Amino acid sequence: MEQENTTSWWLTAIQLGLIGGVVAILASLIGMVESFHARDIIAGQISMGETLLLLIMIGFAYSSSRNEQSPISTRVTSGVITGVTISLTIVLFVMLGAVVNLRSIFVNASPTLYKILTLEISNTALAYVAIVVVGAIVSLAASLVHGATPFWKRVISSGFFIVLLLALLQDLIRITLTPFPFITEVLSWMFGRRGQEGLSILGAIVVFLIVAGVIYNDAKHGAARRARREALPEATKRTRRWVSWGLLGVFLLIWPRIAGPVLSDVTNSVGLYILMGLGLNIVVGYAGLLDLGYVAFYALGAFTMGVLTTTGGEIFFDVRWTFWEALPFAVIVAVLAGIMLGIPVLKIRGDYLAIITLGFGEIIRIMFLSDFLKPYFGGSFGIVSIASPTIGGIVLDSSQTLYYVILAACFVALFVAHRLRDSRIGRAWKAIREDEDVAQAMGINLTATKLLAFATGAAFGGLSGAIFAAKLSTVYPHSFTLITSINVLALIIVGGMGSLPGVIVGGLLLAGLPELLREFSEYRLLIFGILLIVMMLNKPEGFLPEAVHKREFHEDENLSHAAGG
Amino acid sequence: MRQRFLNRINFTDIALGIIGTALVGLIVVGSFKTLAEGNYTTRQWLDFVVFGIAQGSIYALIALGYTLVYGILRMINFAHSEVFMAGSFTAYFAAASMAKSGFLETNTFVAVLILFAIAMATSTAIGVLVERVAYRPLRRAPRLVPLITAIGASFVLQYTFKGLYGDQFKAYPEIDTLKGSYTWGDINITKVQVVVILSAAFLMLLLYLYVQFTKTGKAMRAVAEDKDVAALMGIDVDAIIVRTFALGAALAGAAGILYAITFRQVNFFMGFIPGIKAFTAAVLGGIGNIPGAMLGGIFLGLFESIGPILFLDGLNVPAPYQLKDVIAFSMLVLVLLFRPSGILGERLSRTKA
Repeated sequence: MEQENTTSWWLTAIQLGLIGGVVAILASLIGMVESFHARDIIAGQISMGETLLLLIMIGFAYSSSRNEQSPISTRVTSGVITGVTISLTIVLFVMLGAVVNLRSIFVNASPTLYKILTLEISNTALAYVAIVVVGAIVSLAASLVHGATPFWKRVISSGFFIVLLLALLQDLIRITLTPFPFITEVLSWMFGRRGQEGLSILGAIVVFLIVAGVIYNDAKHGAARRARREALPEATKRTRRWVSWGLLGVFLLIWPRIAGPVLSDVTNSVGLYILMGLGLNIVVGYAGLLDLGYVAFYALGAFTMGVLTTTGGEIFFDVRWTFWEALPFAVIVAVLAGIMLGIPVLKIRGDYLAIITLGFGEIIRIMFLSDFLKPYFGGSFGIVSIASPTIGGIVLDSSQTLYYVILAACFVALFVAHRLRDSRIGRAWKAIREDEDVAQAMGINLTATKLLAFATGAAFGGLSGAIFAAKLSTVYPHSFTLITSINVLALIIVGGMGSLPGVIVGGLLLAGLPELLREFSEYRLLIFGILLIVMMLNKPEGFLPEAVHKREFHEDENLSHAAGG
Repeated sequence: MRQRFLNRINFTDIALGIIGTALVGLIVVGSFKTLAEGNYTTRQWLDFVVFGIAQGSIYALIALGYTLVYGILRMINFAHSEVFMAGSFTAYFAAASMAKSGFLETNTFVAVLILFAIAMATSTAIGVLVERVAYRPLRRAPRLVPLITAIGASFVLQYTFKGLYGDQFKAYPEIDTLKGSYTWGDINITKVQVVVILSAAFLMLLLYLYVQFTKTGKAMRAVAEDKDVAALMGIDVDAIIVRTFALGAALAGAAGILYAITFRQVNFFMGFIPGIKAFTAAVLGGIGNIPGAMLGGIFLGLFESIGPILFLDGLNVPAPYQLKDVIAFSMLVLVLLFRPSGILGERLSRTKA
């Protein structure tokens, strides 16, 4: 019995190692390792590509040393076995690559890749040994940390995480903080010389120590501090809340000044995604109707804005309205489309709804693209020179000024979504999401409620699209593919379906980060796909879940707890 | 009596009735005008029919994958279109190297069989992998959850293959042995179309026999009927589900090769449109129903190749062929609205729709 148990743990460790090795090789062959290699985490020492491989190793060593029943020595050994197996797999792959020319099939099996994998050591035998040694050390460290108290694990992993984040976001940090000379000096010390990417070694160590110190302190004294804060009188708490909201408001108002044109532009696309996310959140998150054709409303809003504000040429009527005159019509067109889509699909649920809405999105795109409607919408050339919004003679045509329009739209949408959430109609949506038949039996009018969900969601999408058209001042059918719908869906799922803070955080993470990190944007959809799967497997309620949803997804566990306790 | 009738109809039915009537009216008027104008000869119409059948048999093969999985798990395997892509994209490299060495011309039959084997093996591996990673842990989850994982899996596969093989279109080699065509009277059929139709028919026959007469086939039907009871009868449900996925994926791989020799272009994104079309075909025939998927595929292929010209040309729509996807999608909507059980399907119970 004992014997059988021991064999099984190391077999599992080797198995995990093999899977990890395959994952690492796949990440290399897809080109992630090489293209991430261009960005340094620690200047001249460790690149993002190497970090990716190390993270894969750490992750697999973690899960290999997870079994909490076994003694610490077993856990560490099994972690190390996994790490070494991953290294050996990589070594095998490099050996294979030396014999066979893999590049004729796998476009990314380039010499640079092998150089990265062999740690840029030219002596082959030495390189192989080095890979295995690195694997052993990394997995040893990982499983030791994992096996040590959860307290230290939290301190160390938060430290590493923040170092990684700072290194990745250094462009953002540098640009936003240049107006302050003192901080610039600190930064240039932390990040190494100008033009160099990544943290300096000393900078990384200092950041790690600071973060670890803060986390340590928080874990020791955080509970007491929180209790003290809880004990404050209600009035003080309210004042504090208002002050922090006020500070956030001021920050949002002056943000484009700090950020400069490029970052403002990134912020604007994030804002448009948040706007769409808020709309889709009503359809998917509140009402539970999975809509994969959401981009159609975005497209309709954009094209309506285009048609109504431009002139002559092939566009069919010469209205030349201003942005503000056209905006309500863009929203109305989107709402009408939402209702038109809604009516036929009223009786359709779940999977079928997803496919039909997907088809609807494609139909709208193909129609805009076709020769049939070319006289009206310009076919694949789209519509150009769309008017920018103006306020009292000021033309809002730069990203820094357009920001305010988007900010205002986001606030309106946020307000509407927030007020709707617990209103009568919002509760009706949630009832439909939980069980359509019961909802109907309770006297909810399914037709009206579902149509309202589609219409409200479409209104936000149309609004977002109209602003998008004004932002780019051109619209092409090619901007409105299924991928946009999937992006929006991914952001509300990662944030937490039905949760408003979730939409904002999801928007910042999924729309903002890929814009800031060029290397990521190529693998954006791959990463989103992985994210969707991992979220659904481990945390289906999202990062910032809504209370009801969380309960719903963990129903089984709650039931078993109730039964057990 | 009249009162009861009025009570029974509601807003939705009226709206649906109007939409349906308008579309049918448009189709009738369009077809009538096209035929009255007589711009197309019988020969051209027959060409459309042959093309439609060939195209439809590819759809049918893919549709079988959707239908098999749906029959057992009651879920749409959204990643199936990528399983289709994986097979033919991978087999491209074998095809290219065999074309270079001349093997493709000298031993066409063997070479094509090798291509089929590679594509089917790759697709099967991918299909089983997707089932293991993305679907099996979620058997008891709420319905929205596996659907979202499936969308995720679909994107992961697309971009993994984009990363592995690059993002350009790859041109499948043209096989000289398969050039040319046969003619009987007004019917003109290319050799490629013969190969496509015959191999699809052969594979479908094989599948039908497998599901009807082997032990695994019987177990599949039992699991589709009721998983829990099947488990009580000693059937390993998980193993049967894996086999179902493998079977559907293998057919998709074969369809990938047929698609590749017809259109001679592969790309990481090639699965998307045929995937949705095949799903439409599966719904059209009655999802969960194997002969239904075959019939639905052929029907959709015909509809798509004849439809744009027949319905839209008479209405003076320029370049009607660009709108063939619109026609296919509209058809999906119409079928789901007016006959959600499809042509051959049993009545969908409440839980299925």
